[in-house]
Amino acid sequence: MKRLAFATALLATPAFADGELKIYHWFDYIPQELVDKFTAETGIAVTIDTYDSNEAMLASLKAGKMGQYDVAVPGDYMVQIMGNEGLLDSFAPTDLSNFGNIDPKWVDVPFDPGRKSSIPYQWGSTAFSVNRDVYKGDIDTLAIVFDPPAELSGKINALDSQGEVLALGSMYLGMPQCNSDRTQLKALSDMLLNAKTHWASFGSDTAKDVLVSGDAAAGMIYNGFSARARAEGANVEYAYPKEGFVVWMDNVVLLKDAPNRDNALKFMNFLLVPENAAAVTNHAAYTSGVMGVEPFLDDAIKNSPENNPPASAPAGEFIAVCDEPTQKLYDAIWTNLKK
Amino acid sequence: MAFPLLLPTWAMIGIFLLLPVILMAIYSFLTKEFRGGVVWEFSLAAYDQFFVNRGLFGDEPATLEWTYIGIFWRSIWQAIVATTICLLIGFPTAWFIATRAPTTRGVWLFLITIPYWVNLLIRTVSLKFLIRDNGPLNEFLMGLGVIDSPLPLVNTNLAVQLGLFYSYLPFMVLPIYAAVERYDFAYSEAAADLYASRWVIMREIIMPIVKPGIIAGCILVFVPSLGAFLAPDLLGGAKTFMIGSLIEEQFRGSLGNWPFGAAVSMILMSLVLMALLFYARSMAREGTR
Repeated sequence: MKRLAFATALLATPAFADGELKIYHWFDYIPQELVDKFTAETGIAVTIDTYDSNEAMLASLKAGKMGQYDVAVPGDYMVQIMGNEGLLDSFAPTDLSNFGNIDPKWVDVPFDPGRKSSIPYQWGSTAFSVNRDVYKGDIDTLAIVFDPPAELSGKINALDSQGEVLALGSMYLGMPQCNSDRTQLKALSDMLLNAKTHWASFGSDTAKDVLVSGDAAAGMIYNGFSARARAEGANVEYAYPKEGFVVWMDNVVLLKDAPNRDNALKFMNFLLVPENAAAVTNHAAYTSGVMGVEPFLDDAIKNSPENNPPASAPAGEFIAVCDEPTQKLYDAIWTNLKK
Repeated sequence: MAFPLLLPTWAMIGIFLLLPVILMAIYSFLTKEFRGGVVWEFSLAAYDQFFVNRGLFGDEPATLEWTYIGIFWRSIWQAIVATTICLLIGFPTAWFIATRAPTTRGVWLFLITIPYWVNLLIRTVSLKFLIRDNGPLNEFLMGLGVIDSPLPLVNTNLAVQLGLFYSYLPFMVLPIYAAVERYDFAYSEAAADLYASRWVIMREIIMPIVKPGIIAGCILVFVPSLGAFLAPDLLGGAKTFMIGSLIEEQFRGSLGNWPFGAAVSMILMSLVLMALLFYARSMAREGTR
């Protein structure tokens, strides 16, 4: 009986008197040391659940997990979708003492103008990488993946992600995103069906491994992921194609009905400290949206070719959020591509 | 009196079997909400999407939709092939084990089950390591001089079949083993004494007795093969939808069409159910013969 009472007392008392924070985050995207540092500084106990795609996160929040988490880390277009669906809470810039550390070019972003619900986490680009042992020619064009040279045909991995594949395909054909011109979309569909005959596989989580193992000689990939493939010994070069490439940014958002709103704001403020933002970058190998991180970055990451586009590279484009009738057309193209 | 005792069973079936299926059935008749979720309004849109084709962008005259039937057919064919291969390899294996001395049978069964202590995902990935272009299998064959260039195995249908076969073989071996083990070989001897040929013994005596084991094994392999998406995704390169990945994409992927995912699940379940009912009826008819 005594033991039972003791156990009950243990359960009833929070482990830390200063409250808790519930984070819904990507798998393997924040170093544990940084979480420990936050707990040490604030006394707030942190719980992290993970997901592996923006869509999976949205699905599980909509299926009843709202109110259980304080913050999540959606990608750019998903911030806009979550905002439209009323899943986000907002804050004033004055709520975060480090708000001024955000790089000004990332404050007025199209998916959250003025940063009312989100702060930048990491950003990067999506294009493709080529194994230079297999193909030595020019790789600054999306034709490498959509109309490949003979050396690469049949050895290409495409991302298993509708948004990125269709956006890159549109750029290759010089079309705008969220296009509703049926003739142009038919051309996009035909181009992709033809490109698929040159592809070996679709895979997003596996995009790095297939390059390292040699299963694929070229593949669509995120820049930091390609840097990790190179670090693991693959002779791959990341391309910034002339037709354009996808830029993405992951953001920490304040969720509606957050059980620990104040702690969530403390955490967001903590992530805007340059040293802490740099710790994330050193772990994930992408780029921070916070100013003043340079002194804290590892040299390998600061100088990596993947994070430093050549001067000739065009500007990247965020994936656009289409309205329902237009999205339906793109869904049809994707389903048709994979049937 | 028996009813209260069986209550936990009924509750179990109700909560874990019927309720989810009923929910799924209801969802399949609701209106889709943009980007996941449902609106509580009756709609046949999900079934319409499955069966009716209005062109790539939905503005052409309606014809029969072959896309999803094609995906079903591909998955069913794949499951049939996997089941056949499992049967061809599994039956002799089970026979071999069941005819060993009783003391050594346990060891053989143990050996069969060892790989299955490892998670299915890890086994599938390991298989990919083995058969890839610069993997041990190809290196070995090239070292022997059997082939000059690597056999392209990864990202082919053959690899998917290999994966399914490897994943589900024990589901075939174990029920057949259980049936063969119970078989009394005195019957074979008696039949041989009466001048039955080995073929006749196999067909007229052994088969009817072990048939339930074979059928159980076939069902246990066929049903999970039909919904499999690990092997098609990892070994086959995910280039085409299978039933499993088509459903997954509706809930977790960018398509976000829950009612359609529910409808595909319902159609799949109805097909499997019909096949099983057909089997149950033919078994019952045989029982009364």
